Amino acid sequence: MPEAIIRVAGLGKSYLTAAGPFPALRGVDLEIEAGEFVAIMGPSGSGKSTFMNLLGCLDTPSSGDYFLVGRNAAQLGKDELAALRNLTIGFVFQGFNLLPRMTLEDNVALPLVYAGFEREARRARARLELGRVGLGDYTASLPSRISGGQQQRVAIARALVNSPRLILADEPTGNLDSHTSDEIMALFAELNREGITIVLVTHEADIAAYARRQVRFRDGLIVSDLPTPAPALAAATC
Amino acid sequence: MLKAMLGEAWHAMGANRMRTVLTMLGMVIGVGSVVLMMAIGQGAQYSVAQTISTMGSNLYILISGTTTAGGLRSGGGGGPTLTVADAEAIAELDGVANVAPVHQGTQQLVYGSNNWSATVVGTTPPYLDARAWQIVSGYPFGDSDVRSATRVALIGQTAADNLFGAEDPLGKTIRIRQSPFVIIGVLGKKGQNLDGRDQDDTLIIPLTTAQRKVFGTPFAGSVRLIMVQATSAEAMPAVEKGMTALLRQRHRLREGQDNDFYLRNLAAAADSAAETTRVMSVLLGAIASVSLLVGGIGIMNIMLVSVTERTREIGIRMAIGARQKDILAQFLLEAVMISVAGCLIGLVLGIGGALLTNLLSGMVIVISGGSVLVAFGVAAGVGVFFGYYPAHRAAALDPIEALRHQ
Repeated sequence: MPEAIIRVAGLGKSYLTAAGPFPALRGVDLEIEAGEFVAIMGPSGSGKSTFMNLLGCLDTPSSGDYFLVGRNAAQLGKDELAALRNLTIGFVFQGFNLLPRMTLEDNVALPLVYAGFEREARRARARLELGRVGLGDYTASLPSRISGGQQQRVAIARALVNSPRLILADEPTGNLDSHTSDEIMALFAELNREGITIVLVTHEADIAAYARRQVRFRDGLIVSDLPTPAPALAAATC
Repeated sequence: MLKAMLGEAWHAMGANRMRTVLTMLGMVIGVGSVVLMMAIGQGAQYSVAQTISTMGSNLYILISGTTTAGGLRSGGGGGPTLTVADAEAIAELDGVANVAPVHQGTQQLVYGSNNWSATVVGTTPPYLDARAWQIVSGYPFGDSDVRSATRVALIGQTAADNLFGAEDPLGKTIRIRQSPFVIIGVLGKKGQNLDGRDQDDTLIIPLTTAQRKVFGTPFAGSVRLIMVQATSAEAMPAVEKGMTALLRQRHRLREGQDNDFYLRNLAAAADSAAETTRVMSVLLGAIASVSLLVGGIGIMNIMLVSVTERTREIGIRMAIGARQKDILAQFLLEAVMISVAGCLIGLVLGIGGALLTNLLSGMVIVISGGSVLVAFGVAAGVGVFFGYYPAHRAAALDPIEALRHQ
C-alpha cells in the first residue's frame, strides 16, 4: 500500500481570542491516499478552513501531527515549507488571488520564478497551462479584464504550473454562478482523472458531489467520512 | 531569477508613478547637493593649492629685527640685523636649496608718458628658483649683474600690461627715481597670493642696484628679508634649527637673549590655508549628506507604506512558494532601484549645477570620479540600509495573516 499523501493524527488548532483560547480544531484524524478527490464539508465555523490552512502549510497546528508525502511538517524549516507549497501543493482560493498588475501569463509563471526556472522555460510552461484551462488566447491580458470564471481558471493554471501532486481548493466556486461553478468543477474532475489528488472545501452539496469522498466537519471534529453516493456522482460527471 | 525580480521591481515602481517620483526626488536632491557641494569644495581646495604652488615650496622668510628710535619701535624688517653675509652663510647649511636676500618696496615706474606703481624686488638670481618663477621671454640677470649693480629688470605681467599696453616690454627702458632700467626679461603669470595681492604687479632687479639706486639704505650690506628654500619638506625642521643657531652665533646673541630676527614658515601658512579649505569642503559635504539622509528616510517611509498596501500580495506569493528571502530581496531591490535611479538623476543635476555655477560665477569647480563614486555608493547604501527594515517586515509576515489582509 502506498504511503498516504496526507496523514493527520490528533490535529488541533486553537486561536487566542479576547475571551480566551478558542479551539477551532479539536483532534482530527484523517488519511488521504494519492489520487483521491475529497470534499471537506461543514457549516461555517466548523473548522474546515482552519484544517485547509494547516494542510497547505500556511499555518502551524497547536497539537497533533501532520505528515505530507511522508514528511512531518512540524520538523520542516520555513524554506522547506515554502518549497512544499511551491512544488508539491497547488492552491486555488475562493477570491482567485491573482496579482492585479501582472498579465495572466506572468501570474501563472510566478511559482516558476520561485522554483528557479529561466524566463523562456517559464513562458512556455505558463502558456501551456493557460491553454490547458482554455485561456491560451489571453496570455497578455490583465486579471481585471476577464470574468470571474476565467480568473479562477487562471488560478488553477497557476496551481498546476509546477506539476503538483496535490491541489488544495478553498471554496473555489464560492464567488461564481452555478453554470461557471460546474465548468470549474468539471475541470477539477478532469485533473483528478489525470492523477492529481484534490482536496476541496465547500459547503454546497452539489459541488461536493463532484468529489468521490465527502468528509464532514462540525465544531472542530470530523462527524462523517463517506464515499459520495453513486447516483450523485454519476449525475455530476455526465 | 534576478532578472525576473528586476522586472517586477520596475513594474512596482511604475504602478505608482507619482509616489515613486516623489520618493526619488529625496535622493535626487541629496545626491545632487552632495555632488555640487563636493565640486565647490574641491574647487576651492584646488585653487588654494594653485595659489600655494605659486609661492614656491618649502620656503622660510627671515625678517630682520626691529629698531627703537626715540621711543618708536619700527616693525619687523626695520632694523639692520640681517646681512648679505648672513645669507651667504645660510646657503652653506645642509638641506638648503636656495637663499635669496631681498630688499623690496613700492616704487613709481615710468615709461614714456605712462607711469605705474609696483612692488620693486631687489634680490639675487636664486630668488627665481626659490619662488619657482619662470621667464616667458628674455633672460634672467646673473651674479655679475648683482656684483656690478647693473640697471636691468625683470617685469611681471600686470606691471608690463599697465606700463606697455600692447607693446613688447623686452629691451625697453623704464625709469625708477630717474634711474633708467632696461627690461631684459618678462616673468610668467602667477596670479594672487594667499593674501589676495597680485604677485604679477612686480619688477625684479639686482639687490645691489635696488639698495644703491632705488631704496638707498644707510647700512650697506644689510637686507630686510632673506628667503630660504629647503631641499624638501622633510629637511625643513633641520634647516630651521640650523639657521636659527647659525644666526644667533653670527649675531653674538647670548643664552636667554631674544632673536634679533623673525622667522616665518611659509609652508606652515600654506598648510593652514589648505587645511581651512579642506575643513570647509568637508563641512559642505557633511551638510549636503544630511539631505541624503532625509532622502533615505523618505524611501523607508514609502517602502513601509508599500509593504502594508501589498500585504495580501505578499501572502499570495508566500502561498505559491516564495521563501522569506525572496520577499526580502524583492522589497530590498525595489528600494535600491529607487535610490540608485534617484542617484543617477541627482548626479546629472549635481554636475549640471556645478557647471552652471562655474559658468555664472566663475568659481573653480572640480568634479572628481571619486566624489561621483562616493555619491553613488552612498546612495546604494542608503537604499539597502533604509530598505532593509521594511523588506524584513514584509518577509517576516505570517502567510495566513497576510492572505487574510484586505
